[in-house]
Amino acid sequence: MDSVSDLGAIFVMQGFNGLSNFCVLLLMALGLAIIFGQMGVINMAHGEFLTIGAYTTFLLSELAHSVGASWLIESYFVIAIVIAFFVAAAVGFLVEYLLIRHLYARPLDTLLATWGLSLILQQAFRSTFGAREVSATLPEWLMGSVQPTPTIDIPINGLVVMGLTAVLTSAVFFALLRSRWGVRVRATTQNRVMSSATGINTRRVDRITFSLGCGLAGIAGAAFTTIGSTGPTAGSLYIVDTFLTVVFGGAQSLVGAIASAFSIAQTQATMEFFMSGSTAKVLTLLAVITILMLRPQGLFATRVRG
Amino acid sequence: MSKNETASLPARALKELMQGDRVYLLLLAVLILIVFPATLSVFRLALVGKYLTYSFVALGLVLCWGYGGILSLGQGVFFGLGGYCMAMFLKLEASDPKSTSIQSTPGIPDFMDWNQLTELPAYWIPFKSLAFTLIAIPLVPGLLALIIGLAMFKRRVGGVYFAIITQAVAAILSILIIGQQGYTGGVNGITDLKTLLGWDIREDSAKLVLYYVNAGLLFGVVLIGRHLLASKLGRLLMAMRDREDRVRFSGYDVAQLKTFVFVAAAMISSIGGAMFTLQVGFMSPSFVGIEPSIEMVIAAAVGGRGSLLGAVYGALIVNFGKTFFSERFPELWLFLIGSLFIAVVMVFPNGLAGLDWAALKRRTLSVVQKLLPKRGHESSASEPAPTPAAPNGGRS
Repeated sequence: MDSVSDLGAIFVMQGFNGLSNFCVLLLMALGLAIIFGQMGVINMAHGEFLTIGAYTTFLLSELAHSVGASWLIESYFVIAIVIAFFVAAAVGFLVEYLLIRHLYARPLDTLLATWGLSLILQQAFRSTFGAREVSATLPEWLMGSVQPTPTIDIPINGLVVMGLTAVLTSAVFFALLRSRWGVRVRATTQNRVMSSATGINTRRVDRITFSLGCGLAGIAGAAFTTIGSTGPTAGSLYIVDTFLTVVFGGAQSLVGAIASAFSIAQTQATMEFFMSGSTAKVLTLLAVITILMLRPQGLFATRVRG
Repeated sequence: MSKNETASLPARALKELMQGDRVYLLLLAVLILIVFPATLSVFRLALVGKYLTYSFVALGLVLCWGYGGILSLGQGVFFGLGGYCMAMFLKLEASDPKSTSIQSTPGIPDFMDWNQLTELPAYWIPFKSLAFTLIAIPLVPGLLALIIGLAMFKRRVGGVYFAIITQAVAAILSILIIGQQGYTGGVNGITDLKTLLGWDIREDSAKLVLYYVNAGLLFGVVLIGRHLLASKLGRLLMAMRDREDRVRFSGYDVAQLKTFVFVAAAMISSIGGAMFTLQVGFMSPSFVGIEPSIEMVIAAAVGGRGSLLGAVYGALIVNFGKTFFSERFPELWLFLIGSLFIAVVMVFPNGLAGLDWAALKRRTLSVVQKLLPKRGHESSASEPAPTPAAPNGGRS
């Protein structure tokens, strides 16, 4: 009896670990779903925007502790989320202006150029922050855990990240499906020339959309600091997973991104309990690829690719 | 057609040679077969040999990406599989019961012994035979490429989606190799390779021989590639790259074409991998994953994605740069290669091959012709021109 409830508790906790990972993956995938799904731009440097967000959070944590005001130490994480968004979005804006906008007609070339960008950014992180991993000091209120039953331990930071993810996901849904901006983005995706003819400034839409996607990755970076420590290549570890998530979900579909981020993160977390991490990863990726071979349009395809 | 000119025999031979792009091939052959071996130490030559094994991959990419329009970000997989097949054979030869007698299970590779394996896994056993290994080197990667290609192209998955999936395949294979330490040697790879059928591959003389074997294979691939691209198939590939639907509407099976060129590229890469193992003496997962795969794409892009010879130069230049900078300025290397990626895409998408070589050739030709001995009429006959002009009819 005892062992059964123990096993149940382990499943719940393992499932919860998967959820934290799911949140970061989902935030990344949402950003990429906007950039890749809506604009068709392959941003291989998307992972580096997560790293930017994570380092921003780390810097703010250091700053808060050096200033020493207790209210700042308590609340810096909330500020960090906002600032991480704006820093990543600003870098994204710059990248769009300097690089991406010249390559809209050549998606495969964008892939190469942004890969180059990601190498440059990684080395820039390494030169600035050193090769060693750093971690932000979490405020007190993020540390502890809640215990719904004596055997189950759920960390608070995980709950906060989940809440954050839920809020942001709803915001993205609302923005894309209900706002004027969303209408312009979707119109531009469907027919660029026609949208332009109806008076939509498609270049401006591109720029804002790209920055927004990068900003979301920045927030994913802030969330990432609660579950791992940040190194120069922290983000690049996510890039393959994120792309697979978006493709697996169906590139145009936000619901698909949520479903596939959930299934990928949970499958891996559950399997990690039974076998080594690398085998779990291999099996998860293999499963995704096999399903993609059978259903190349992804889980939730809104239209058939030609 | 062939009006004889007043130029002397060497001048005519020169003109013959300058037709088309044969001269570039000759220059590369002179560089690789004569200049490098004559000027470099065995150590440096082995390094060039190593770079040349990457150019197999770049050649494959020229075929499938430059001509076929299929960008694969997982070519390291095929390079690695070819290399691992070779390494398995060599490792088994190096692990004879006598030299592994201190192990708890003699006669199996050392890393298996360290990981408490007590017998050789079944799929290692066929690699005791060289004949099987030599067949497996192109066949295993070719088969994998065939499966991926058929599954993807039949369902009309292409472009970006294909690139992402091949990238995931590269990630999977490298994680798998690193994770299954007892069967693959893990992150260190398969090391301490010594002999090929009793012939010590670590000696200088062996390195020289292997360099020439490698160069020979490389030129073989280049020649076959040129032949292929000059044929109708080459035209179809280009047509498919530019307007896929029109090729399909003309009644061609696009999926079959794509699969063919992808498999060909995989097999070419596998030759490079096997030659890498032979020349460098080990194989490890660091040549399988995403990063090496993309580095090989950049080599092809720097050389010129539409040029077979460019691929060879591209691989040489990028990898020479990598060695040079990561030895002296490790900080700079990633900045440099990153900028190279961006520059090659934004500024010169046709790479080195996109520069105006024809103008250079014409100019060189005119200079050389002035230097060559002439007979008959005055120098107006040797006016540099891309097409044979031959204004004054010579003899008979």
